Amino acid sequence: MSRSDVLVDADWAEAHIGAPGVVIVEVDEDTSAYDKGHIPTAIKIDWKKDLQDPVRRDFVDKTGFEALLSERGISNDDTVLLYGGNNNWFAAYAYWYFRLYGHDKTLLLDGGRKKWELDSRELSTEVPERPKTSYVAKDQDSSLRALRDEVLAAIGKRNLVDVRSPDEFSGRLLAPAHLPQEQAQRGGHIPTAKNVPWSKAANEDGTFRSDDELTELYRDEAGLDFGKDTIAYCRIGERSAHTWFVLHELLGQPNVKNYDGSWTEYGSLVGVPIELGDGR
Amino acid sequence: MSSDGCGAPAGGVSVSAAAGTQAVVEGRVVHEGTPVSTGYARLLGSGDEFVAEVPLGDDGGFRFFAAPGSWTLRVLAPGGLRAERTVEADYGHVTKVDVSL
Repeated sequence: MSRSDVLVDADWAEAHIGAPGVVIVEVDEDTSAYDKGHIPTAIKIDWKKDLQDPVRRDFVDKTGFEALLSERGISNDDTVLLYGGNNNWFAAYAYWYFRLYGHDKTLLLDGGRKKWELDSRELSTEVPERPKTSYVAKDQDSSLRALRDEVLAAIGKRNLVDVRSPDEFSGRLLAPAHLPQEQAQRGGHIPTAKNVPWSKAANEDGTFRSDDELTELYRDEAGLDFGKDTIAYCRIGERSAHTWFVLHELLGQPNVKNYDGSWTEYGSLVGVPIELGDGR
Repeated sequence: MSSDGCGAPAGGVSVSAAAGTQAVVEGRVVHEGTPVSTGYARLLGSGDEFVAEVPLGDDGGFRFFAAPGSWTLRVLAPGGLRAERTVEADYGHVTKVDVSL
């Protein structure tokens, strides 16, 4: 796996608008961005309504994923190009999720919606109609997902990467600063976690930094041991999907998991250790 | 807006809410007198550390829920337009920052 297998630029996307076998998908938490205008021919996936279980805290199961892709007209042979707002947070989450269910031909658009907009490229309000398919998913690949007990067992043993902002890491903020600070859980971070905010992996226009810069950031500056397995987390698992993409897909680190329960789970558990203070 | 996600508030934001117990930083971005509805506002902490970013609303509006202290606000818009302001935030206050590109 290398960068060119998983990441494409806006020129590539523009050249593949309407191309047979390529489905462009915008993924957002708030799909009003899609409704205002999207890359021509793109369909939308709603991070919450489409990808999360409506009752339990979990994402949709294999049957639900199959039903979603079939209904949206995505077939097993299609190449799926994902992009979205928030510097691709939710698109990276969807990418991780497509990989979990075994869709190999998945790509991420470098810079996502922001770069596309800042380049003043064409946006369309036309919603395409795609014929339904009969999508068949694979069983969830558990090598990509960390659950809470595995995270607790990893303290002091594996690399733990907390990709939230330094203020969230230290416990000063409980959520990103564009959201109300009203969560009930405790602030802080998982002991021994290194704080490498997701944003350090991205340029201002939302594109990813070069492989050399990324290696320097994680290995040399943050001190991640590339010989060890790694778990990334944030608050709800979408920013850490962005970092999972960097470590696993761009840098080719073999054993990297995303802990999608993240701080909203860990910071609400009774009796688990929590560390306060700034990263080192 | 959703309080349990990390995404952008629906359709940007419509300025202005009461601060309540929050440390709110909000404002509107204009270019040559017209609201900039395609663009991004980002909040940076000390050392230029990225804290948050929101797309501008239809009215060019943005809003952050910060913590008390000094922050840098940076605005990006198509055509290479950008601006930067230093802002102070405090609990119970709405700090208004209008930006003309």
